[in-house]
Amino acid sequence: MKSHLKEMIEKNLRADRRKLDEYRKIKIEYGVSTSAEGSARVTMGETVVMAGVKLDLGEPFPDTPDDGVLMVNAELLPLSSPDFESGPPRIESIELARVVDRGIRESMVIDTKKLCVKKGEKVWMIFLDIYPINSDGNLFDAASLAAVAALKDTKMPFVKDDKVDYKKKTTKSLPLSGLPVECTVHIIGDKLLIDPTNDEEMISEARLTVATIDKSLCAMQKGGSRELDEAEIESMIDLAVKKTEELKKLLK
Amino acid sequence: MAYKRADGRKFDELRPMEAKVGIIKRANGSAMFKIGNTQAIAAVYGPRELYPGHLQNPEKGLLRCNYNMVAFSGAGERVRPGPSRRSREISLVTENALNPVVDLSQYPNAVVDVFVELINTDAGTRCAGITAAAMALADAGIPMKDLVNAVSVGKVEDKVVVDLDYIEDSYKDGVDFPVAIVPRTGKISLLQMDGILKRDDIKELIRAAKKASEQIYKIQVKAIREKYSK
Repeated sequence: MKSHLKEMIEKNLRADRRKLDEYRKIKIEYGVSTSAEGSARVTMGETVVMAGVKLDLGEPFPDTPDDGVLMVNAELLPLSSPDFESGPPRIESIELARVVDRGIRESMVIDTKKLCVKKGEKVWMIFLDIYPINSDGNLFDAASLAAVAALKDTKMPFVKDDKVDYKKKTTKSLPLSGLPVECTVHIIGDKLLIDPTNDEEMISEARLTVATIDKSLCAMQKGGSRELDEAEIESMIDLAVKKTEELKKLLK
Repeated sequence: MAYKRADGRKFDELRPMEAKVGIIKRANGSAMFKIGNTQAIAAVYGPRELYPGHLQNPEKGLLRCNYNMVAFSGAGERVRPGPSRRSREISLVTENALNPVVDLSQYPNAVVDVFVELINTDAGTRCAGITAAAMALADAGIPMKDLVNAVSVGKVEDKVVVDLDYIEDSYKDGVDFPVAIVPRTGKISLLQMDGILKRDDIKELIRAAKKASEQIYKIQVKAIREKYSK
């Protein structure tokens, strides 16, 4: 099956008749959890990813006493794929969480100073948790889209006597100055591929995830063990930047 | 005011480098690579039988890397021992950086373990680790197409800088762009980036990385020759 898929890609064909640089149908739903302060579900073809934000007050890191804290975590639920197993976090989930985290963190869209309640003592902590519900490829793009949508959806809870009152939400959103987007480009032979399904991901030789904010790049991560030459990297970045425009529209 | 590097280096200047091969006798191969105050040692064990058995591949051996910072390696607080999310990700990208040049097809069901320990750190640790690991693999006699080395390039106050130290790495609005290069082909096997960058900067950064890589390559080759031409 793998060689068959490869032959198809060489002829610019995909099992679901998409073009090589075409995303599956994407849907973003907001507020999918009532208990979370913010949440979103992204459906990308058959891939479904949920992200939720919980906020809490906590102690800042000693080296950034007046900055709020962002913590991104991803768990590849055994529920979402026969390939995932329960147990301690595996490298795939760690990389996913860290790449999503860096896309957001490095874009500097969260004004962490505004999340400071009392310098050195109390700041808002943003816990952003990502769960694939059905894993059919391209978790990186789906997860980062869901994560950013969940941040956008977030409303701050009330604070009473220095404690968070989770029962009531304010109308105040997180201090966000923009919405970063991540797009991943895969390479198979000399073909560039966007939004692979699980089957297509198995024949991917390398991937490059590019995070952008406005017109700038803010994070990148190469994956897979094929080496790339400069021209390949350039064309992968160009395709990612181009496709990012489509994802951005979905977040509006 | 124009940006000047804290340690007085030119923008394209690497920190002083040192390399040595065969530093750990019990290992099948080993190496040390030091760049400024960042020092990595790497040891290779194997090819040896791979456990647990379900990881075995009858077609070729597995390259398994483990990156770690020793508890006292950082200038700040003690580094909590044991694997972290960060160290596990770096282990993965180290494997990815080295895999294109190693050929383990002669070693079915086996593993080649690469252990990278950072003794002292002043940024650029994953790059130093990869550079040391490649030399250790060569020292272990693992079939390889080429060496690999890595360097972090970046932008600080709009200047392209090579081999960032911790001050530059943590610079506000700075860009950190670690790249691993296969010297003879110029191909890139590690690429990460953090920080805000214009699309057009990529070319200049990769060019700077390639230039730096050539210098690191010379140090690597010299260190290997020193051991084997005696």
